Amino acid sequence: MGWSLIRGWTLLVYVFMFLPVAVVVLLSFNASQFGSFPMTGLSVRWFVELAQNDAILRAFRTSIILGLLTAVLSTILGVLASLALVRYRVPGSNLISTLLIAPILVPEVVLAVALLLFLNFLSINKSFMLLLFGHVIFTLPFVVLVVQARLIAIRRDIEEAAMSLGASPVQTFFEVTLPLMLPAVLAGALFAFTISFDDITGTLFWKPGGVETVPTQIFAMLRNSISPEINALGTVMILLTVGLPLLGLAIARQMSAKRGR
Amino acid sequence: MSVERREARQPWILLSPALAAIALLLFVPLVFILIYSFWLRTATGADQIGFFLDNWQEALSDRFYRDILLGTLKIALITTIACALMGYPAAYFIARSRGNKAILLLLLMLPFWVSYIIRTMSWINILGVSGAVNSILLSLGIINEPIQMLYNETTVILGLVHFLLPFMILNVFVSLDGIDETLEDASNSLGATKWQSFLEVTLPLSLPGLAAGGLLCFVLGAGTYITPLILGGPTDAMFANLVYEAIITQLNWPLGSALSLMLLVVLGTLVLIYNRYLGMAQLMKGLG
Repeated sequence: MGWSLIRGWTLLVYVFMFLPVAVVVLLSFNASQFGSFPMTGLSVRWFVELAQNDAILRAFRTSIILGLLTAVLSTILGVLASLALVRYRVPGSNLISTLLIAPILVPEVVLAVALLLFLNFLSINKSFMLLLFGHVIFTLPFVVLVVQARLIAIRRDIEEAAMSLGASPVQTFFEVTLPLMLPAVLAGALFAFTISFDDITGTLFWKPGGVETVPTQIFAMLRNSISPEINALGTVMILLTVGLPLLGLAIARQMSAKRGR
Repeated sequence: MSVERREARQPWILLSPALAAIALLLFVPLVFILIYSFWLRTATGADQIGFFLDNWQEALSDRFYRDILLGTLKIALITTIACALMGYPAAYFIARSRGNKAILLLLLMLPFWVSYIIRTMSWINILGVSGAVNSILLSLGIINEPIQMLYNETTVILGLVHFLLPFMILNVFVSLDGIDETLEDASNSLGATKWQSFLEVTLPLSLPGLAAGGLLCFVLGAGTYITPLILGGPTDAMFANLVYEAIITQLNWPLGSALSLMLLVVLGTLVLIYNRYLGMAQLMKGLG
């Protein structure tokens, strides 16, 4: 009896998690000109309108460029730091780990205010650069956590074998360590991209006037009322933010499967 | 330079970019807003540099700020409890299921990856005046006019629970998954009922995960201002909304600094207490 109760409860929890998201997708195909029930028929007109909306396209471009740059910078910083922590005995490594994840321990609003005010003091105003700095700093801890977890799993003796067979440290890094690390690096980069792409809490503080990312664009559109376009945009976002990690997962699987052979 | 000294230096070279970024973009700015909070924004809009206690006096003695701070903590607490009550059984089910755990976890992660703003606004489609619930009730003839269910404290909490529940489930799952199942069997075979075994063996062993999930839900919940803006009414502002107002709308940066630091101290204290008793390792496990 107890077990079926738990199962039923879990099912309800999953429904709770999925239902609102599913309704967004459903309503984005609604032919009605209001973004709500009742459904008057199926249509893709809102997606067509989306593709013709300059503001939304601009927001997409901004978000993608910002996400890519964030992913690159954050991954470089994160991978180097993780290498140091996993591969070397560093005095005070516990403290360093805590410092590296400090940006997620500080509430994002506080981080946003501090960075905005400090960089403004240094005459760096609200700009794309400020956005990029902000996104790098709060995605860094996630990259460090993900990359570190995977680096630990790479066995040191493979590198030692390469060196004992005559490879130089540099050769060993590029021919052995880097290929083995690649899934970890990609996972970190993907994570950073997704988090950056999704962010609104910090972004609203940092973005210059007139520049919108996809989440802030949605937020601005919500101020009026919920339009079918928002649901369509939501559907595209869902496809992107869910599809990308799934793709990443599949690639990582494939890569590790290949290595397993 | 000897090889050993070079060896000892290498990790610091690798660490320095990340540590420099965190120092320059997080710690120095935090110190800066501490200093800034003692400056004064004058009527002309310029900052008067100095050591003024006005902002702190306003932030700490004004009932308005105190009430909203308490209200924020209340909302975060209710959200955390709701997440624990909803999430624990689900995490237990996933950890003990004979089926495919990976698929169950992946299913949970899917809505988790859906952007926060989309998940928050999706409740308007469900509970709004022309949302799913109202249109079902109307078509069934149960009500004649749509009910206004949105824009109150309950919907803010609902949105937060929807946003934070996966954090709870993941953390509890990680700790439940690490418990040897035979412990429960042993307890059962020694005469405990299943419920007793759960209460006396499994639950205590999973408390670290529950605490980690609870901390994340509380801190993330208490630091939000987007959810109340989308799902709350005009009187449902949370503390972070005050920060946003002060910084973005009123442009009173010194006051905004003081309010930010208040929020940091309150939530930071929780993190420190947690760290003191449970350590950061548990939290890392759930996040990684």
